[in-house]
Amino acid sequence: MDGNLITAILFATVVAGTPLIIVALGLLVNERAGVLNLGSEGMMAMGAVVAFAVTHHTGNPWLGALAGMAAGMSASLIFGVLTLTLQANQVASGLALAIFGVGLSAFIGKPYESVALQSVPAVRIPFIADIPIIGEALYNQQAMVYLSWALFWTVLWFLYRSRAGLVLRAVGESPASAHAIGHPVVLIRYLAVLFGGAMAGLGGAFLSVFYTPMWVEGMVAGRGWIALALVVFATWRPLRVMIGAYLFGGVMITQLFIQGSGLQIDFPAQFLSSLPYWATIIVLVVISRNANTIRLNSPASLGKPYRPEA
Amino acid sequence: MTIPNTDTPPDQAAQRGALLLELQGISKIYPGVVANDGVDLQIRPGEIHAVLGENGAGKSTLMKIIYGVTRQSEGRMLWQGDEIAIDNPAAARSLGIGMVFQHFSLFETLTVVENVALAMPGKPDLAALSQRIEEVSERYGLPVSPRRHVHALSVGERQRVEIIRCLLQEPKLLIMDEPTSVLTPQAVRKLFETLRQLASEGCAILYISHKLDEIRELCHTATVLRGGKVTGHCIPSKETPESMARLMIGKDLPICEHGTVARGGELRLRLAGLSHASPDPFGTDLKDLHLDVHAGEIVGIAGVSGNGQQELLLAISGEEPLAEKYPVQICGTEAGRMSAGQRRRLGMTFVPEDRLGRGAVPSLSLADNAILTAARTRGLVNRGFVNFGLASRFARKCIEQFNVKCNGEGAAAKSLSGGNLQKFIMGREILQNPKLLVCAQPTWGVDVGAAAFIRQSLIDLREKGCAILIISEELDELFEVCDRIAVIAKGRLSPVCPVADTTVERIGVWMSGMWADAEGEAEGTTTQETAHA
Repeated sequence: MDGNLITAILFATVVAGTPLIIVALGLLVNERAGVLNLGSEGMMAMGAVVAFAVTHHTGNPWLGALAGMAAGMSASLIFGVLTLTLQANQVASGLALAIFGVGLSAFIGKPYESVALQSVPAVRIPFIADIPIIGEALYNQQAMVYLSWALFWTVLWFLYRSRAGLVLRAVGESPASAHAIGHPVVLIRYLAVLFGGAMAGLGGAFLSVFYTPMWVEGMVAGRGWIALALVVFATWRPLRVMIGAYLFGGVMITQLFIQGSGLQIDFPAQFLSSLPYWATIIVLVVISRNANTIRLNSPASLGKPYRPEA
Repeated sequence: MTIPNTDTPPDQAAQRGALLLELQGISKIYPGVVANDGVDLQIRPGEIHAVLGENGAGKSTLMKIIYGVTRQSEGRMLWQGDEIAIDNPAAARSLGIGMVFQHFSLFETLTVVENVALAMPGKPDLAALSQRIEEVSERYGLPVSPRRHVHALSVGERQRVEIIRCLLQEPKLLIMDEPTSVLTPQAVRKLFETLRQLASEGCAILYISHKLDEIRELCHTATVLRGGKVTGHCIPSKETPESMARLMIGKDLPICEHGTVARGGELRLRLAGLSHASPDPFGTDLKDLHLDVHAGEIVGIAGVSGNGQQELLLAISGEEPLAEKYPVQICGTEAGRMSAGQRRRLGMTFVPEDRLGRGAVPSLSLADNAILTAARTRGLVNRGFVNFGLASRFARKCIEQFNVKCNGEGAAAKSLSGGNLQKFIMGREILQNPKLLVCAQPTWGVDVGAAAFIRQSLIDLREKGCAILIISEELDELFEVCDRIAVIAKGRLSPVCPVADTTVERIGVWMSGMWADAEGEAEGTTTQETAHA
């Protein structure tokens, strides 16, 4: 395999992994507070279509990205009101949001189906982009890729180094105890849900504005569900989410290259297409199978409603 | 400022200082239940005040109101003479009220210092906080290491963390909710020293308990609750346990009648070197347990919770089958790999600790719950079809013979109070005429009257020649009903000795894992020799 091909695969892997990282890190924070929002697919779709429309009308992809975040946040606010204020079932509400978001995005997106956007140019980081093979792949990327790395470090710092992150983890572990020592459980959960929504919207915006600058109905194509699964299989740990996302992206891109290369192989194409899904699951399950670390990292109150006593 | 309460004992009048907290006519009404009905209470700085009452008397509700977890329906609270409304725990804490919960409010996956940091305002420096924790633990004799994860701590250590967390905020009023239910007798002694030291420094303590001896030893004053109402104020040191019990339950304490001394009957349960790794990563592994239980005797296993009781129960009941056959032998059959149902077929019945969920299905009727374990022994199911007539009759029999207060056999299990449901489950298991009854925490959360009844039923069952194993955290209970007693600590079982030949103090020492021959002589012979000694 020559260096150019490796660079090309690596480049495409990083791009394919980025939306998953953004969305999954948002969901991770969301779930660490004990709230399970299954609506990420819908929130991504909303973010994607709103970001596309705003970018189309203003010509500014960053305004589009902001609008996408706002769209994801508003969708998650609906979910928050349903589950945190009205105490509705989180699973059912999340599924409803997923269906609702995908449907509404198709409706909003109708007029934009035949529109194309200017692609956003890559940002080349001087000097380190000149490193052979990986330089071009990692440091001559979309600004959003760098943003996803910054997000990773921020989430890591927030969860394990800040007091707010400690409180968030405590709320996810035992909301009743957190309430008993005086923390506003419902408010904290609202903030976590809104952050999850904003990141899902941003991930959607990345798809429609930066990755493939166009809008097609159903273009999120299950990435919201994959992000949800990634968080669980990564046992709610940021580094594993990152590994999982790139692994998924990498296997996806590699099998596309193989299918596109015209190599004569005995595997059916369907098998290759399914490869990213089970490869990611197997790897994450194997690296995260220590029962003790699972127990230490999984939010014990996940999916359980909590209402302070009146 | 405040109107003097005419019920106030005369002694208190002498040391009358400014009241720290006064409750006037506090009521709390839940749908269908009046948890507190016009409760008055006063406490002064430096006073240890007991709130005495049975389970369900409304003690915990009252404390939750003071701590802001829930709000009163009626009544006024005065803090240092000013009327206040405590809307949430944060408000209570800022006033200087700290609470140590019965079921701890700690976060298991976090470290001690993180748990404490969560309760402190602002962004604490974890290193500096660790140091303060060590200082406080030194000063009050509460040893705990700040860097450890809470899940790895014993229950007693967790309680220390809770107390330290309260003390770091320099509280004016500390609420302790049934603090000794999880401690060894020695640890209770230690806790009392800490509390007395705190009181001497001017901190007021509200001490909730139903244990009369403790209250008489520790508390200056007491308020007694029954059915949500105050039934009296008293100076505990001047009362007898009997007079306080009358205030608490409205009648004299029932006493169990113990029958004749046990004779070595047929061997019904043998643990032969039972070792098992806990399925729960935070659980306790069982290490080489040996125990014999014979027909016509009650054997008790004492221990502080979290020392392997759960794992032992799962291993005996068959919920967690073992890899080998021999370590659990029921009525002469090697049953280690059998399921719970197969083991019941050998003549064992089982009362789990968690009555709502394990012992009974909450949403099913009592008759349906009776079918669940008594289907085969009582012939309630015939060729796969339930005989509802028989099932109802059996459930009615349990209800009648065990004085279960309920709305007939059609009532849902969850509609019964804890004590009544426990009586029903005991009845269901006992009326199946078992050869072996294994019973966990038979009277946990059950009021005094029902507890005495359950203990008497166990003794009566023993008289009929049943072998009974009781795993309990209540030492007094074990000493009351058992013929022989052993202690489980850190997943190991102490030698078994006749109750008549030992003392509460000795068992208490064993509960911390210190029995002389713990390592060397854990062979089956030891237990048998002591049995026939």
